[in-house]
Amino acid sequence: MKAFRHLLVLMALLLAAPALQAQEPPGLYKQPGPNSPTSKEQVQIYNPAQDQIMGRVSIPDYKLSLLVQPEGREWREFRMVMLPIIAGAIILGIVAALLLFYLVRGPVRIVGGRSGRLVPRFGTLDRFAHWTTAVSFLVMALTGLIVTFGRWLLIPLIGHSAFTPLAEFSKVAHNFFSVPFVAGLLLMLVLWVRDNIPERADLVWLKTMGGLFSKHGEHPETGRFNAGQKGIFWSVIFGGAALAVTGFMLMFPFYVTGIGGMQIFHVIHAVVAALLIGVIIAHIYIGSVGMEGAFDAMGSGEVDENWAKDHHRGWYNQLRRRTGPADTAAGVGHRAAE
Amino acid sequence: MARMKFLCDAERCIECNACVTACKNEHEVPWGINRRRVVTLQDGEPGERSISMACMHCNDPPCAAVCPVDCFYQTADGVVLHSKDLCIGCGYCFYACPFGAPQFPQTTNFGGRGKMDKCTFCAGGPEEDGTQAEFQKYGKNRFAEGKLPLCAEMCSTRALMAGDGDVLADIYKERAVRRGYGSGAWGWATAYGADDKGNATAPGRGVRQS
Repeated sequence: MKAFRHLLVLMALLLAAPALQAQEPPGLYKQPGPNSPTSKEQVQIYNPAQDQIMGRVSIPDYKLSLLVQPEGREWREFRMVMLPIIAGAIILGIVAALLLFYLVRGPVRIVGGRSGRLVPRFGTLDRFAHWTTAVSFLVMALTGLIVTFGRWLLIPLIGHSAFTPLAEFSKVAHNFFSVPFVAGLLLMLVLWVRDNIPERADLVWLKTMGGLFSKHGEHPETGRFNAGQKGIFWSVIFGGAALAVTGFMLMFPFYVTGIGGMQIFHVIHAVVAALLIGVIIAHIYIGSVGMEGAFDAMGSGEVDENWAKDHHRGWYNQLRRRTGPADTAAGVGHRAAE
Repeated sequence: MARMKFLCDAERCIECNACVTACKNEHEVPWGINRRRVVTLQDGEPGERSISMACMHCNDPPCAAVCPVDCFYQTADGVVLHSKDLCIGCGYCFYACPFGAPQFPQTTNFGGRGKMDKCTFCAGGPEEDGTQAEFQKYGKNRFAEGKLPLCAEMCSTRALMAGDGDVLADIYKERAVRRGYGSGAWGWATAYGADDKGNATAPGRGVRQS
């Protein structure tokens, strides 16, 4: 009886064998048949380019089991064609727009001129957070641009042997400065998020763009940060977070993702970086040559009273309510030299 | 002058990994770096095939295209080589390569990939042929001695072949006709393209050091 059962199992297996064979994927299992090549010309040597091919390797490096990854071609296309166009258009576009704006509108002046009385705007910690982030961002933007565009812009100028040390330094600096950048980003988030929540008053600012485009236009009343600054704040927070996350993924290859993921992260990293560089160029413009008295806020931390009244009347009034009249309040006084 | 290529006959490869071992030994490749590896498709299933894969020395090498420091060059024989003096270890070639050929030492350190290392077709690098400096950076330069890559030379089943691409294709076609089947030359369509078989007499870009 037992032998009979075994025979049954064997027969079932034999019967199932052709069915198994029929299921095999085409391509790998080969047998001479009616379609066999009879001359060399019939032999196909160039397989049609296939999608990703995964196998198995017996060496410890499991990621090498990826035999062919055609996605590399799309990434190459992005790196060599799309990225220079996108990044170039954004950065040069912003610079051209600002130049035009400066020539047409000119810098935003303090309406009543400087009063000479100073109002404290950003404390040491505020400025520390800002400049930590700012310096790291500028270093990373510059080094990133060197690695991205150096082959076209710098190698023809300084040659391969001089560019390599520069690119190597850029790579190391780019990685290193990510740490203070993230630290500054978190500090800014904690310090300023309260004053950057969007509110109804921001719509008024946005409607006139804060009087940016009218030469002697009125400034809508705003709190500590106006809608434009809130825009910068949130672009930096979200853009910076996206850059940090994608950047760390690239810095630690194969911890979280394989090559496919790194290609996508590189694309996100590069596009967000280009956008944020554009935003920051505009931010630098309006914080320096674009607006009279604006740099003091992040420079000395104290702004002119008239500047405060112009640009942040809501915040100024609040401050005044808290500290009393400008002349007598602590921390608000005449600047000796001016 | 011929257009140098690799061709792995999947019908013949028995996954003995001798090519991998020969490569590591010949060039004294450090731990963790595999210039060549054998990939088994459908392992343990009917139709299992193994393919020995390394840098395919493409016609239009993606690694060379994306390199930020432009450290790659292609010799007159179509061999794709790079300068480790110029390489900054950014990993871009690794993203672009369809075959996973570029290898990096210390891939897990804090942004510290070392200089890229890959199959040189046993043809060394930009250093003077046969020097100690060349050996330390790129391994043996068998090519300068008139020899073909060791992996292919010592393949026991003659599955992995290296040499003039036209000759390889001819040998492969003859085999396929004799045995009545063949799955094509793996990676050739990706590396050389069906309509771009490579110009064997086109001059290479040569070595650029500055």
